[in-house]
Amino acid sequence: MTERTGGNEKYLYYPGCSLHSTAEEFNESMQALLGALGFVWEELSDWNCCGATPAHAQSEFLGAALPLRNLILAERQAETWDRPTGGAVELLVPCAACYSAFRLAEHEVREGGERGRELGREVAEVMGRPFEGNVAVRHPLEVLGRQEAADRLRAGVERPLTGLKVACYYGCLLVRPSEVVSFESDPEHPESMDKLMTLLGAEPVRWSYKTDCCGQSMAVAESGLVSELTGRIVRAARGAGAYALVTACPLCMMNLDSRQKPGPGERALPVFFFTELACLALGVGRPEAWFRRHLTDVRPALEVLEAKQSASA
Amino acid sequence: MGSGAVELYLPGSEGRPVLLSPGFVREVEDLAGRMVSRCYQCKKCTSGCPAGFSMDYQCHEIIRLVQLGARDEALRSAAIWLCASCRTCRERCPNDVDPATVMDCLKVMAAAAGVPLGRRRVRTFHRAFLATVAALGRAHELGSIALYKLAVPGAALDDLGLGLRMLSRGKLKVAPDGIKGRGEVAAIFRRAKARETRLRKRFGRTGAAEGRGGHT
Ligand code: SF4
Ligand code: SF4
Repeated sequence: MTERTGGNEKYLYYPGCSLHSTAEEFNESMQALLGALGFVWEELSDWNCCGATPAHAQSEFLGAALPLRNLILAERQAETWDRPTGGAVELLVPCAACYSAFRLAEHEVREGGERGRELGREVAEVMGRPFEGNVAVRHPLEVLGRQEAADRLRAGVERPLTGLKVACYYGCLLVRPSEVVSFESDPEHPESMDKLMTLLGAEPVRWSYKTDCCGQSMAVAESGLVSELTGRIVRAARGAGAYALVTACPLCMMNLDSRQKPGPGERALPVFFFTELACLALGVGRPEAWFRRHLTDVRPALEVLEAKQSASA
Repeated sequence: MGSGAVELYLPGSEGRPVLLSPGFVREVEDLAGRMVSRCYQCKKCTSGCPAGFSMDYQCHEIIRLVQLGARDEALRSAAIWLCASCRTCRERCPNDVDPATVMDCLKVMAAAAGVPLGRRRVRTFHRAFLATVAALGRAHELGSIALYKLAVPGAALDDLGLGLRMLSRGKLKVAPDGIKGRGEVAAIFRRAKARETRLRKRFGRTGAAEGRGGHT
């Protein structure tokens, strides 16, 4: 297994609340993709909510302590594995919001001085053991970008996404604050998703809204703000010639998928999780079922794809 | 002019003299763990702030209010609640001021001080969301939206069509997920609560309790 997963025999997997509710299609397509590429993983048992924006807005302690419980659980779970290589176990966190919360909490415990030590101490009291740093938090985009995974992905493409112009949208949480969360060489111009789309045969467009904010969790209390921000992003993607937006974040998906107000004669721009498009190209999973859960009709993009595919066949 | 009040013209103060608390900047720096006094008003934060169009004070102005000690102006502002936590300001600030964290800190202080909140419904949503996490260990969208709508007058019909479309596509789970470690999660919430109580003692509730006042 070691050679197939880039040095780690097995991963831990944290779905988070969105992947169990609004973004089940992200969870299913993520796992279908990982499975198709030969990854081996175990879901973190008894995981709790990372707290998202409401937790850090209400209390810095809460925002860090909730993810920290999960990190301690992860260490405990990985200890029961028979691991020949040792080293930190990688915890895959597909939801960008959870990923960010985990990285920030880990950073606070390690680098946060007296405040970080106090946080670590208090959560250790609750959990009966401290966080020792033997778990490394990873976003799947980072792991999928490693040479071996990328090679397997390229080799697995059955139906290339030829001619599908996509605007890869990274949002905030995967790139900022870059010194804590980012795995991109230039966090103001991230490329991991663009590279992955290129491997699948799609054509990522050049555009300048890759890391603009969609409004995150303001959708319920400040829907006007979110409509304005998502409107700007959709207009920019459309202006760049994209047939669809691609995201790695359930909050971005929720906002972009639900708040579009297409102008006269326009159709709403489809939004995909990058994993859905990857599965479509690999011919794995149940893309039809996932697409039925979207609020914005994805057919305009699929029709373009079919036309381009048959033209190039 | 009373003690501490100076004739200070601020966009939101409409010519009223603004009361300054000279110790405020230290309090914020201490609680946020960020050096607000390092800000030299370059406005790089504001240039990249996506929520600026909806804010009463822009990002760099909030920082300036804190430096000046305009405590009430900062704590009552809508801006601190309209901040979407995108952290663009944190990323780009040349002085490592981290306005995003300062915004969070001001939210915490405003709630502890008991001042009328510039956008109370944002806090109501945060509390509704966290209530389901505290009870179940996991977020439950339907539960938190129901709690939010019960608390905010007139919100019951907002986004009703969207809610129904989400339900019909199976995006809103009806039965909540609960976890075994609820006791641990509850213990974490108790410790967070204890901190809030300490902060409330420190910053004092100035009259208006949180339950009072209308939603804006
Ligand atoms: S970017 Fe930093 S230094 Fe410049 S105005 Fe904003 S907070 Fe101040
Ligand atoms: S974190 Fe808040 S204040 Fe800073 S740029 Fe984003 S929305 Fe503006």
